[in-house]
Amino acid sequence: MADITTLHYLVVAAALFVLGVIGVLTRRNVVIVLMSIELILNAVNLNLVAFSRMWGNLHGQLFAIFIVVDAAAEAAAGLGILIAFFRNKETINVDEIDLLKW
Amino acid sequence: MNPALNPGMAPVATPFFFYLLAGMAIASGLAVITRRNAVHSALALIVTLLSVAGLYLMLYAPFVAGVQIIVYAGGIMVLFLFVIMLVNVEISSKERQFNRIWPIGLAAACALLALFMSAFTKGKALFPDRMVALPESSNTQQVANMLYGEAGKMGPYTFAFEIASLLLLVAILGAVIMTKKKI
Repeated sequence: MADITTLHYLVVAAALFVLGVIGVLTRRNVVIVLMSIELILNAVNLNLVAFSRMWGNLHGQLFAIFIVVDAAAEAAAGLGILIAFFRNKETINVDEIDLLKW
Repeated sequence: MNPALNPGMAPVATPFFFYLLAGMAIASGLAVITRRNAVHSALALIVTLLSVAGLYLMLYAPFVAGVQIIVYAGGIMVLFLFVIMLVNVEISSKERQFNRIWPIGLAAACALLALFMSAFTKGKALFPDRMVALPESSNTQQVANMLYGEAGKMGPYTFAFEIASLLLLVAILGAVIMTKKKI
């Protein structure tokens, strides 16, 4: 088998990214939508680390670590909103979350 | 992987492991967005995260792999599972799982994939074949030097590191305030 190049990692990351986009656009359950966002962030991280390897410096890895921090903050805030919403409306389906629709 | 990059030991980062980990990541990523039960989705997402951590190890990024396992698989996914247990799993697993416009979403995502693939095939020259050898044994030390600075000087990411701690503080406060019944 041929050597694994940066492009191989980019293709894997693109596949993960598209899976995450499909989850965000089609699922109704908000928890699974948030998990799909985690998939997207992971795809971006994989890209950054692969580029870090390609250029031989650590800036990509540092960015990946900061994106992990962002993902943690996003998950905490998003799940907090979700619990507050579930307490009021007894549903976690995205298409029923339309309080701001007029 | 070029064996000349790490002389003295047999290369562990073989193409076989790459394809195994990539296949596991994509298969379990597919499971994340198709399972009816949210708990199953969360478990599949853990498998994806661990496979991606293995890919980081193959890319000579052991510190990022460790952060991925500890923070993602250990912290964020426990939070997710906790919230899944709080909201009602039984009802939502019996309901319709996909929203009404799912064909449009699927088509848009497939168009995005086609765009990526055409960019990768047409722009192959942008991604050179070279894989520069990164020192694996001192990886954590170098990451720390860039984050915290060395020899009394600020590193390039020290300020961003402090801002990240502020972001986490705001996220904690937001989560606590939003989940409180009465403020």
